[in-house]
Amino acid sequence: MERADGRLKLAGQAEFTGDIRLPGMLYGAVLHSPVAHARISSIDTSAAGKLDGVAAILTAEDLSDLDPYYGHALRDRPIVAIGKVRFTGEPVAVVAAESQAAADFAVTRITVEYDELPIAASLDQALAKEAPLVHEEVSRPGSAHGLGALPDAEGNVCYSYSFRRGDVDRAFAEAAVVVEGEYAFPAVYQYSMETHTTIAHWHGGELTLWSSCQHPFLVRQEIAALFGLPLDLVQVIVPFLGGGFGSKSYTKMEPLTAAIARKAGRPVRILNGVHESMITTRRHNMSCRMRTAAAADGTVLGRTAEAWLDTGAYADNGPRVTATAGDAAPGPYRWQAVQVQAHCVYTNTGPAGSYRAFGATHLQWIGESQLDEVARRLGVDRLEIRRRNLLRPGEEVRPGGKPLDADLIGDVEKAAGAIGWGEPQARSAEKNKRRGRGVSVGLLAAGAHPVSMATVRMGPDGSVTVLVGTTELGQGARTVMAQIAAGVLGSPVSKVVVRGTDTRYTPYDRSTGASRSTTVAGLAVQRAAQNVLDALLETAAARLEAPPQLLTPADGAIHDQGGRSMTHAELVRARFGFDGGELIGHGRVQPEGGSGSYAEGPVFWEVCVAGAEVEVDTETGVVTVLRTSTVADVGRAINPQLVARQDEGATLQGIGNALFEEMHFAPDGMLLNDTLLSYRIPAFRDIPAAMQCSIVENGDGPGPFGAKGCGEGALAAIPAAVVNALADAGVPMNTLPLTPERVWRRIQELGTS
Amino acid sequence: MTISISATINGASFTGDVPPEELLLDFLRDRLGLTGTKQSCEVQVCGVCTVLVDGNPVSSCCFLAADIDGREVETIEGLAGSDFHRRAADVFMRHAAVQCGFCTSGMLLTAKALAGRGLRGDRDEIAAAMSGNLCRCTGYRSILDSLTEILGDDQ
Repeated sequence: MERADGRLKLAGQAEFTGDIRLPGMLYGAVLHSPVAHARISSIDTSAAGKLDGVAAILTAEDLSDLDPYYGHALRDRPIVAIGKVRFTGEPVAVVAAESQAAADFAVTRITVEYDELPIAASLDQALAKEAPLVHEEVSRPGSAHGLGALPDAEGNVCYSYSFRRGDVDRAFAEAAVVVEGEYAFPAVYQYSMETHTTIAHWHGGELTLWSSCQHPFLVRQEIAALFGLPLDLVQVIVPFLGGGFGSKSYTKMEPLTAAIARKAGRPVRILNGVHESMITTRRHNMSCRMRTAAAADGTVLGRTAEAWLDTGAYADNGPRVTATAGDAAPGPYRWQAVQVQAHCVYTNTGPAGSYRAFGATHLQWIGESQLDEVARRLGVDRLEIRRRNLLRPGEEVRPGGKPLDADLIGDVEKAAGAIGWGEPQARSAEKNKRRGRGVSVGLLAAGAHPVSMATVRMGPDGSVTVLVGTTELGQGARTVMAQIAAGVLGSPVSKVVVRGTDTRYTPYDRSTGASRSTTVAGLAVQRAAQNVLDALLETAAARLEAPPQLLTPADGAIHDQGGRSMTHAELVRARFGFDGGELIGHGRVQPEGGSGSYAEGPVFWEVCVAGAEVEVDTETGVVTVLRTSTVADVGRAINPQLVARQDEGATLQGIGNALFEEMHFAPDGMLLNDTLLSYRIPAFRDIPAAMQCSIVENGDGPGPFGAKGCGEGALAAIPAAVVNALADAGVPMNTLPLTPERVWRRIQELGTS
Repeated sequence: MTISISATINGASFTGDVPPEELLLDFLRDRLGLTGTKQSCEVQVCGVCTVLVDGNPVSSCCFLAADIDGREVETIEGLAGSDFHRRAADVFMRHAAVQCGFCTSGMLLTAKALAGRGLRGDRDEIAAAMSGNLCRCTGYRSILDSLTEILGDDQ
């Protein structure tokens, strides 16, 4: 099955936002705040405005006719800093000029006076008594958070999520084993190869945006609200994206670009440098305290967890990330009692938002390392303890939500088998090297809000166009959607084209993320294709004089049982009576009952299952991942190669997160490692010697042909499996990443020789 | 102030003036409209901006346009359509080694340079030689499988 856009990309012909040139287009450059927390006393753009090639400069005073705040969870983000800056790097002004060089130079000629304020650049500082407040006023709720009523903010805590089930005190009092610990998870950067790029063009009272965004319909909604436009006068076009991983979820550079374009009266492009994208979004860093209680026979009894997630200066998707982290704290086990609190905390650092498998990646390694420790203390095999305590299909995962729809025990057994679980551990030839194995299991609530539409159009030559809002980040949406439509219609896949998202023509899809596209948007495509098929069958039934139920679509035609057939082209022409016309099918997916809210769902549970074998050099602390295994429990793999690529990519991102990725913020709030010279992402040399990706197909998904989504689980599970493998090798760790320095220091502490 | 250059780009001659500070990446993308070469890290680590100058891979983000004077430049637009590209593309497609595609041009051009230097199919050697080309989507395995096959073929 050839990837639909593969050859285009191989020829360098695929168009990304940065490849687009509009007539009269200006180039934007952003003036970033050099300080983390300050009032802006004055901005002087006069010198910059006189420079050759400068067309317009935007500051807060250009926004006075608007309600210039956006944010889908908390409406806390000004389009450009208004009176105050809250993080080093916050946009204070934007220049639009005839060339990028002219814009970049003009930015250096803008003078800003800052009145510095005390800084809260870490969780400790932000949570301290009398901490400086990043936001002095409580933020208004945004329109698309799906979290129900938002609790009151408290100090720098902008959102809290908690739940409690059973009698926690009793569970811990009765326990034979209690494991407790404090853990630290780093800020990491999603690093898609393409940075955030946006072009805005106002024309005739309408606004067109080309943007590297994952959720064009949500962006359209926020932009329309910001600029007071009806939705249909805001058009968001999404070319190919050079990766997303959540870094391009929700609204990012679009408001700023739209604002400067409005002032300039000409199209403006803003193309982020990596250092700019790294203070546009990142993953939440987190502190967590967790306790696990178990009985002597290895039955888990209780878990408590409290986590603080650093969302930076603006909330972005922080509240959702926090809630998901809270939900991930227990893991998919049968507890008698759980108590979880998770807090989303403002700090004076770059805003944190979505990154693949958020929440699960934060908490899974912690809970799973405690479960392994329980097993070690009780002398129970770490796979066996999971067999005993994992939820089974049909069991409740959380009250009121969807019961478990995956065979987790089967999945983790597969992951364990693939790394040789139970076989004698091969020893390294070198005395100072130790090896260990680990497995990990978790769950992610997938699907987000399940609203998607799709249109399938068949022309009089039988060719098929699919319009669906899933954005192509690299995951292969345009291929899989074509396969789904082709599968229903019996068309050759080569005759089905999936067009890129343009909110003017593409029907509504809530978002591309939360592993939802094949399952939710794909289901809409399937229904739309079925619509078209019904019309074909109706015409064929009349012409072939056979009941529709005895007709079969295949090879671009409808066949009866007697060997007669009519091609799609013939059927369309027959239906309209001439060589013209079109069949248009509509597909709709929406919550079956209830509101489709987060609490009622999810659409399906995505499994986060992996195994890892590592080797640690006790003299240097260097950890090498020898082999990994992942499991994609997808119901039905419509495109097995694309499923495997998701897990392979997630495995490498997981290795980066586990071993070396970490953003360093200085005490004054500045991001110190904001280029690839100082922020390391995995390279060819980081591939494990063996990487096994298993696909499990139990037909248990709600998507087309029984499918469920994938793509995120491995990123949550791999760091957890690596941590567990390292602990098995004798070095339990409570902090990521597992840098050689940290691991070596721990080895010294433990006295391991 | 500008500098006069005369170079061959994808087999066609170019003569013109460039500002001394202009980067080859910007010259190719903005001046010549050859947008197949991409911009990412801007510090010659990631390799998405790789082009061949006299057959050698360079990071065009850290290479001056003025320095192509008297030299031959090959971008993905020049490579596409060649026998090497045809064979390489078939292999990449079979291994599904293209996801977002942003790193792809750089991967192919570096591979061509390695083939030109006689690098053959040793997997570890290829992984080391490709250390200047990063990918965030695929996890590298499918690209390494492809390159091992492409460079392992008799040329």
